[in-house]
Amino acid sequence: MTTRLVRSVVGLAMVSAVVSILIFRLNSPLAAVFELSVCAGLISVIFVTTISFTQRLTPEKLELRRKQRFDKYSYLPVVLLAVGILLMIFKPNPDFPLPPVPKEQDARNIIWHLRHVDLLGQILVILAGVFGVVILFKEPRK
Amino acid sequence: MSLEGAHIFWVFNIFIILLSVMGAYYIIATFNLIRSLIGLELLIKAVTLLIVLAGYLTGNEGLAQALVITLIVIEVVIMVVAGGIVVSVYRNNRTLDTRRLKELKG
Amino acid sequence: MAPLLVIVPFFSIIIMNLFPRKLMQYTSFICLGFLSLAQTYLVLARPEWFWHKNVDLVDSMFSFRYSVDEIALVLLLCIGVVVFVTLLSARAMIPDVRQRVNFKNLLLVSLIGMNATVLVKDIFSLYVFIEITAVSSYIMIAMNKDERALEGAFKYLILSAIATVMMLASISLMLLLTGGTTFTAVSAGLDVAGRGLFVRIAIGLFLCGLFIKSGLVPFHGWLPDAYSAAPAPASVLLAGVVTKVSGVYVLIRLAISVFAFDNSLQGLLMFVGAVSVLTGAFAALTQSDFKRMLAYSSISQVGYIILGLGCATPLAIFGAVFHLFNHAIFKSLLFINAASVEKELGTTDMEKMGGLAQKMPVAGVSSVVGLLSTAGIPPLAGFWSKFIIILALWSAGRFVYAWIAVLASLLTLAYFLSMQRKVFFGKLKAGFENIRESSAGLIISQAVLAIITVGLGLFFPFIVPWR
Repeated sequence: MTTRLVRSVVGLAMVSAVVSILIFRLNSPLAAVFELSVCAGLISVIFVTTISFTQRLTPEKLELRRKQRFDKYSYLPVVLLAVGILLMIFKPNPDFPLPPVPKEQDARNIIWHLRHVDLLGQILVILAGVFGVVILFKEPRK
Repeated sequence: MSLEGAHIFWVFNIFIILLSVMGAYYIIATFNLIRSLIGLELLIKAVTLLIVLAGYLTGNEGLAQALVITLIVIEVVIMVVAGGIVVSVYRNNRTLDTRRLKELKG
Repeated sequence: MAPLLVIVPFFSIIIMNLFPRKLMQYTSFICLGFLSLAQTYLVLARPEWFWHKNVDLVDSMFSFRYSVDEIALVLLLCIGVVVFVTLLSARAMIPDVRQRVNFKNLLLVSLIGMNATVLVKDIFSLYVFIEITAVSSYIMIAMNKDERALEGAFKYLILSAIATVMMLASISLMLLLTGGTTFTAVSAGLDVAGRGLFVRIAIGLFLCGLFIKSGLVPFHGWLPDAYSAAPAPASVLLAGVVTKVSGVYVLIRLAISVFAFDNSLQGLLMFVGAVSVLTGAFAALTQSDFKRMLAYSSISQVGYIILGLGCATPLAIFGAVFHLFNHAIFKSLLFINAASVEKELGTTDMEKMGGLAQKMPVAGVSSVVGLLSTAGIPPLAGFWSKFIIILALWSAGRFVYAWIAVLASLLTLAYFLSMQRKVFFGKLKAGFENIRESSAGLIISQAVLAIITVGLGLFFPFIVPWR
């Protein structure tokens, strides 16, 4: 049960890597780097942390679960990996025939000048997340 | 939207739709709370790819990247809060099985 | 001037959290109280500060692209009032100081999120701030960490995140079709693009996302669980403003300003609105839990608003916005009633209650005011808004929908009367002899909201120029 969960998380990380490479091929290097470092890295860490907090199935429960549930779900991560590998074959697309329109291309400039409202939003979300961690992850005092 | 870009659009589209269907299937068809979070992640990745694709096809890559970066930040915070909720559920019940958590009726 | 509504609370979060632990409960109360009261006062007394024609020093410093018109002003007023009322009820309902400070922090974050949602002029920024409000409300629901609350929070999170994904997909399709994300760019592009398949998919996806967020049928699955399981001040905030701002207001704004408001869109909105009205009303009849019944009633009332919106004549839209404001007020009032009942009795099961009005007069009277306003009985404010919607539907020729609206009004009256009989009037059940009236914060908030409802109802024909 737990190894299947961890396998799912690893599958997620691999799909993130594939998506990141696809984004890079679409001429968006900054987004690709963010996607790779955050989604394939940070989020996997978050998931593994959450899983590690929720372990400790007693042996009776494990037996019960193994008897009850047929292994219908174990193929899902495998399918995920297969799809990812299959679509890596599509990746080297030789021609991107659209000519790039000469607009402001650097995302950093765009974030700072054009969309600083979103920047405020990001800071707020991080604040909310910090409050959430403080509230939700505290051990209940027995 | 010009016609030469159309075939790239469709190839990527198939991948995106596949990802989103898989994500939705994960959310619906699982009895484990964490696995539904993974399905949610897959859905968000599909949409990320869609945004970048849209930016590429209209030539607006900078704008699309700005949107994607904001989106990734929000996604991380959602995952952290969801993880917090899952951990609290576990601490209350010692199980993450939705079949055993049927407290509230729809 | 309007960007200050976002920037000042933002700095006050930072300042508020720099105080030492002991002082924090007082400073947070003062900060939040001041901000919400200031917002209410400013909208009522000096609306000309907010009109977007004035470009003064603050605007040129921040160049925040915003737009304020009447609808946004009404929403800002709602937000100010409901946040203030939530603040008062939090003082009474959350005894633990540290938790209360956390709650107030989250309340401030959601205040900023909602203010900014009302003000921005760009679809993606709209999404960002809707998300901020949603995240803070997930945490608020899950704060007490009891089983039902956590399950409600998780359901809300998953469904709301799916709604988010749909909205984002729609935003990216619109980016593809129109090349920009600001309202003006998108509406210009959609006018050019016409009604092809992609445009329909884009608009449809966004609408589905918004329906989930507002709690309309068939996407209302999270609403009863989240409303009933959340701790009381969170329920007040959720029911009062969060659903309205992040769901209904965005629908109104987009339908009017951005999407071309043609017949198919109107028809869809009216259909969904009517179905929600009926489903909510019928489901509320069968509930035995106080808060759950209020949740289904909320679904029904939001259906009214969408019904009015779908009709699309100016009178109908006015009725819809007015009903939105009224619903925020009286639904918050009813939820605070539920909160005070829950606090004194420890349960929300209506079958166990009876005859409370003898012991809790303020709660009894204000709940009568709230229910009469919901059902649309004159001379309370709810009557006017429902009457305007029904009138608009009738004069636009949509007779079926008008009849449905009237029928649902009767149903609303029915279930609320049965609730009243069970909970507040009738014989006092055993074991309840020594309950008192609830504490000062709850009393004040109930009284204020009830007075607003009655006052607005009585003075309405004089305030608004009667067309």
